[in-house]
Amino acid sequence: MKNWLFLILTIVVFSCGKKDETTNNQLVSDPDNGGITLPEGFSALVVAEETGRGRHIAVNTNGDIYVSLRDHSENKGIACLRDTTGNGRADIIKYAGEHTGTGIKLHKGFLYFGSDTAVVRYPLQADELLPANNWEMIARGFPQERQHEAKPMEFDGQGNMYVTVGAPANACMEQMRTKGSPGMDPCPILEYAGGIWKFKDDVLNQYQLTDGERYATGIRHAVANSWNKQVNELYVVQHGRDQLSQFFPEMFDDQQNAELPAEEFFLVTEGADFGWPYCYYDPFQEKKVLAPEYGGDGIISERCENKTDPIMAFPGHIGPNDLLFYTGDMFPEKYHNGAFIALHGSWNRAPEPQSGYFVVFVPFDGAYPSGDWEIFADGFAGVETISSTRDAEYRPCGLTQGPDGSLYVVDSNKGKVWRIMYS
Amino acid sequence: MKFYSIFFILLVFLLSACGGRNQSSQQQTQPQTPVASAEKSAEMANHPGKKVYQSFCLACHMADGTGVPGMHPPLIQTDWVTGDKERLIDITLNGMSGKIEVNGETYNSIMPPHSHLSDKQIADVLTYIRKSFGNDASEITVTEVQKVRNK
Repeated sequence: MKNWLFLILTIVVFSCGKKDETTNNQLVSDPDNGGITLPEGFSALVVAEETGRGRHIAVNTNGDIYVSLRDHSENKGIACLRDTTGNGRADIIKYAGEHTGTGIKLHKGFLYFGSDTAVVRYPLQADELLPANNWEMIARGFPQERQHEAKPMEFDGQGNMYVTVGAPANACMEQMRTKGSPGMDPCPILEYAGGIWKFKDDVLNQYQLTDGERYATGIRHAVANSWNKQVNELYVVQHGRDQLSQFFPEMFDDQQNAELPAEEFFLVTEGADFGWPYCYYDPFQEKKVLAPEYGGDGIISERCENKTDPIMAFPGHIGPNDLLFYTGDMFPEKYHNGAFIALHGSWNRAPEPQSGYFVVFVPFDGAYPSGDWEIFADGFAGVETISSTRDAEYRPCGLTQGPDGSLYVVDSNKGKVWRIMYS
Repeated sequence: MKFYSIFFILLVFLLSACGGRNQSSQQQTQPQTPVASAEKSAEMANHPGKKVYQSFCLACHMADGTGVPGMHPPLIQTDWVTGDKERLIDITLNGMSGKIEVNGETYNSIMPPHSHLSDKQIADVLTYIRKSFGNDASEITVTEVQKVRNK
């Protein structure tokens, strides 16, 4: 009898402990891939279930992970994760840094951080998980914004830093988001926002308008940005304008409102103008059209003909929030130098069902896509139909590549972190 | 006998420790709608405020009033909606910006003014949101809207 009981006890202990086995230095994916679906051959493990209100993510060469937070956790704005056992799961989660925000990148021994009004950097300390508290100011003087305020930054490896300054507006109307209010012409916002500003990556206390240079304009907001090292160019993905049917019900119905305009993927060359707020991209007519606030009827282009087109158009409102060019060796050939994009998921398709809430892949050949986009990771929302944004359990918001070529994804609801691998 | 008791306690402990993590990860964060309020919400299906809501509010606050995390606050079970009428009318007429906390979450966004709506439209839509989505607060009258507009 006793032997029988011990057998049960052993089975229970064994099956319980199996998932948390940590001593064999092997990365074992979760049987359900942490609740997400992936192409064949790929699998995922959950690095951390909760880290806070996650935005973007960075991984150091030693595997330490840093997540920028939208709101403070334990009065800090950076979640710092370390795996001390080699099973890929963070067993230490600590918090550092006083700023909250979106941009987070490791560069020149510092942790650069984009708060909503400044870019600062925290010094990393040898072998320490937590960055030091004595942060330095890199770029400041950004406008106080209450929409599109995220400040992601990127580096070109040639001493420059690029910061998105989103436009605090929908379509630069005289009265913000008010039906019947015309667009301001010229739009004064473009002088200080609605574009990409270029700074030195290693100079302290640069002011946006005096020390920074407007690198490109006509970008409503681009949380997703990445330097493509193969072709040495900056790429961003724009959040397109909202509320066409709400402000112009005689021109657009709710279904058109959900599908228009496209979320645009830009190759950002110096001096480029992508057209916001005067123009938006209609993926069905495959052209930029004049916005109705500026006299457009949904068809005519006029001044939009000489604006720079996107290199790819995604469905409307799906919220591109991070972009990563894959440079690792772990994934198969087709993924090399291609782009992963995290689609945070829409809110502005209502009353139509929402869309997005997945990670897509875009194959590249040189500077341009070599094929159509495809869904790479899905199932974050946990439900089939998403009517309201809050129906989604998780929302992919940030991406990064680990030293071994794994792809990390962070969610914005709870800061859940997945590590996606190929074998 | 003592041995078996210890064994069973251990077994129960281990099983519960095993299952505990899954349970907590499945917790729903959405507020539950009480049955009585759900009936109240059904009554509101033909309320004139619903049409105003669909035209001017739904895009941001969603059909079910849950809002958008981090952007647009929910209209459910919050004092901002079911509390002080004057404050609610004022926000609707004149808009609002800055940091607010709703149901434990921080929002730092902008709501545009809606003074272009008539007093009747505002009274209707505010009555609608105060009695929908599980809310059960008193109605707002045209006179109450007029009073705030003329201040």
